[in-house]
Amino acid sequence: MKREYELVENAAGRQVPTVVNGKKQVPYKGVGKHRPEGNKAAPPIASSADYPADGNKVVKDLRAALEAAGLRDGMTISTHHHLRNGDFIANAIFDIAAEMGVKDLMWFPSASFPCQAQNIAHMDNGVIHHIEGSMNGPLGRYCSEGKMRGMGVLRSHGGRYQAVQDGEVHIDIAVIAAPTADPFGNANALTGPSACGLLGFALADSQYADKVIVVTDNLIPFPCIPWQIQGNYVDYVVEVDRIGDPAKIVSGTTQITRSPDRQLIAELTARFVRDAGIMKEGFSFQAGAGGTALAFAIYLKEMMKEAGVKARFVRGGSTQYLVEMLEEGLTEYILDGQTFDLEGVRSMGENPGHVWTSPFTSYNYNGKGFFGTMLDAVVLGATEVDVNFNANVVTHSDGLLLHGIGGWQNCLFSKCTILPIPAFRDRIPVLVDEVTTLVGPGELIDVIITERGIAINPARQDLLDAIKGSDLPIRSIQDLKADVEKIVGGPPARPSLGEKVVAAIKWVDGTVIDSVRQVA
Amino acid sequence: MPKGIGGRRDEGVRSDCYIAVEPGDSGGIDIAMKSKVEAMYGASIIDIVKRGLELYGIENAAVEVEDQGALPFTIMARLETAVKRLNPSETREFLPEMQPECLYGTERGRMRRSRLYLPGNETRFMINAGLHGPDGVILDLEDSVHPSEKDAARILVRNALRQIDFFGAERMVRINQGELAFRDLESIVPHNVHIVLIPKCETGDQVRAIDEKIQAIRKEHRIENEVFLMPIVESSLGAINAYDIASASPNNVALTIGLEDYTADIGTRRTPEGRESFWARTAVVNAARGAGLQPIDTVFSDVSDTEGLRKSVLEAKSLGFDGKGCIHPRQIKIIHEAFAPEEAEVERARRIVLAFEEAEKKGLGVVSLGSKMIDPPVVKRALHTVDMAVATGVLNADWRDSE
Repeated sequence: MKREYELVENAAGRQVPTVVNGKKQVPYKGVGKHRPEGNKAAPPIASSADYPADGNKVVKDLRAALEAAGLRDGMTISTHHHLRNGDFIANAIFDIAAEMGVKDLMWFPSASFPCQAQNIAHMDNGVIHHIEGSMNGPLGRYCSEGKMRGMGVLRSHGGRYQAVQDGEVHIDIAVIAAPTADPFGNANALTGPSACGLLGFALADSQYADKVIVVTDNLIPFPCIPWQIQGNYVDYVVEVDRIGDPAKIVSGTTQITRSPDRQLIAELTARFVRDAGIMKEGFSFQAGAGGTALAFAIYLKEMMKEAGVKARFVRGGSTQYLVEMLEEGLTEYILDGQTFDLEGVRSMGENPGHVWTSPFTSYNYNGKGFFGTMLDAVVLGATEVDVNFNANVVTHSDGLLLHGIGGWQNCLFSKCTILPIPAFRDRIPVLVDEVTTLVGPGELIDVIITERGIAINPARQDLLDAIKGSDLPIRSIQDLKADVEKIVGGPPARPSLGEKVVAAIKWVDGTVIDSVRQVA
Repeated sequence: MPKGIGGRRDEGVRSDCYIAVEPGDSGGIDIAMKSKVEAMYGASIIDIVKRGLELYGIENAAVEVEDQGALPFTIMARLETAVKRLNPSETREFLPEMQPECLYGTERGRMRRSRLYLPGNETRFMINAGLHGPDGVILDLEDSVHPSEKDAARILVRNALRQIDFFGAERMVRINQGELAFRDLESIVPHNVHIVLIPKCETGDQVRAIDEKIQAIRKEHRIENEVFLMPIVESSLGAINAYDIASASPNNVALTIGLEDYTADIGTRRTPEGRESFWARTAVVNAARGAGLQPIDTVFSDVSDTEGLRKSVLEAKSLGFDGKGCIHPRQIKIIHEAFAPEEAEVERARRIVLAFEEAEKKGLGVVSLGSKMIDPPVVKRALHTVDMAVATGVLNADWRDSE
């Protein structure tokens, strides 16, 4: 079979496809080098004459809504991942499509989860043609093994908004699972049995899709306040028994890491933020919900209390630990992208300082600025980092695609990007000569913090100066890598990968930064 | 044909590997490997296995390897274990290279505030142990190792001593009791062990027997560094004979107590107040001080109770102990903080040390501070306090210059 794409070398020296799923691509040009042209995409103009004057858009069930929305072969169907590993709706959509005999759909989730692994069967039977979106676990493995008909496309949260806004991806039908909604389609995620806090990942879908379906298990009379999703974008509302399994949507309590090595790394990270002078009155930071990032936030909180310093804002994913900071007055605001536990959901509902945001406000690069650039520090993870500070978050060193990008690329634009990572995991080095997949360019990654020392990007002389006099173990990244290789028995052999490109990795501006090859 | 097996392959194994060697009469070496790092280190694993089989002169064998990311020295240890289980009379050792970072020494009087216990048959807890800054690490061959794995742990601990950088922590090994103790010593003493911990010590003779064996090994292997001893009192008899134990060998540097076994031995169990062990603990403190050793307290086993640990260390300090055992790296910092002398204590010690040095310079036999005469034991205590203050960062090392 003839390939539809050629491979060209982009500005990062990576081989990337010229065409992805029939669409011509722009190879990555460098940070801040690409300027998009033209106008944004727009959905068709609707007339309120075609919608019920009483505001009641409720239809019988999800199948009726999909039929009314005109579901047919080859369409793009989008879902959001606020229900995480507890979501029922993405599976239901493709089960219905299979019943209806519809084929070749493109599934466009904001992220997929292991609970959606049954959609592998719908790719095998032809209902789903391919997935464009972060693929975790079994779906990533399926794509890696070259079994998907189309090419996978991985975008950051901001990149997904950008792709929809710029018309790279046209959503035919958006299905928005909503923990609470009214018959007009106004929806939020603050209450109801499946409460997950907010619906920011579905914002682009509601604004740009041709047809929008809201599915809820908590239908309340108009008005649903606040309307995180505006009913004026919505075509149909469906009531179902359950949109998800609450136990898997948010966790009752969030666990910090118990690993002593990770705690050590987290403590070093907090000390770095303090000693480099980043932790000062009115500062801001973002730390994810991974065990190390949570432990970092706890250490930093103690240091803030000790120094009498307060933050102006902290960016979520929120957890009980950020909520405690807000309630103890250690930060004035949480600007939140997703809530990871019940405390996060409660606080967002109660506290005006706990604000729901979206990929548009926080992360969209092709716009008039975004919040990510204003952060004083972000704390992120990585599967690999190389001696040029380039980082990988999507593949493992054996080439398997196992994780999505999330907001990771968008956060790299903060004033100080810190990756606290173990120098190696079992026998797998995390510090390497060259990353398997380039997801984040080294020029945006400032500090690598491992249990064996801290490496500061030589391009950040200001940070090197700021940390002078601290007793933190500052070392060169080459030194750290040499330590690792001595322990694990030399540098790893490169995996032998197939010719076929199974996925394209997008940069935040819509260009292609790298590609993922089929695992042999 | 019999099979020799080293390592485990049950659920939850990490940083370790299972190796089964089944010798045959012909057909050469046939290695079947499954490894989670196969793409990166498959060739390295096969190379290690082949080198090992060559050392032991095994030319025909079916070898099964199931690897969960074991480091090279662990793979070597598991292979050696498999071969020695096939042939118990095999004495050759499949040794990884001695790393220069493993060659530092120790001193009789060094600080021993914290000592971190590490299970001897698990590499993954050992590899980063030194990064947490304990005064000592204990590679444990005794209670944390299942009786059926004593042989495997002995080989793994030996390899760890040759490969892992413990970043200046004192390198200790807790050996087994009885006959096993001697086999443990033969395996580990030639590899720069600083202190041997003798468990369940009840008499001075036990200490002497261990010491004699160590001296014999030192002579045989021409080992120049001293190997010190830390007997552990863990029974009523041990507590009663504490001074006999403490004074049994010139190589004793510290005496410690294990309360789990001790309380069981006297027919009770540990309580938070610890009244049941008060006598034994003070007996150990007095025996140790009497024999010129450091008295070291038992471990604090509730890892999540940091406040309880802090209180327990302060109590140990008030009873006269110089150190505490720990089982989790996050306990180390709390132990060091709690052993750090308080400000007023440091201030007074500093002035006494200065007065003492002044008197030395002038050749005076008597140390005085203001109008008060300072007795020699007070000077000794002050020197100790200042050392402790410097070690814990309460006092700068160059404090004399800032006077």
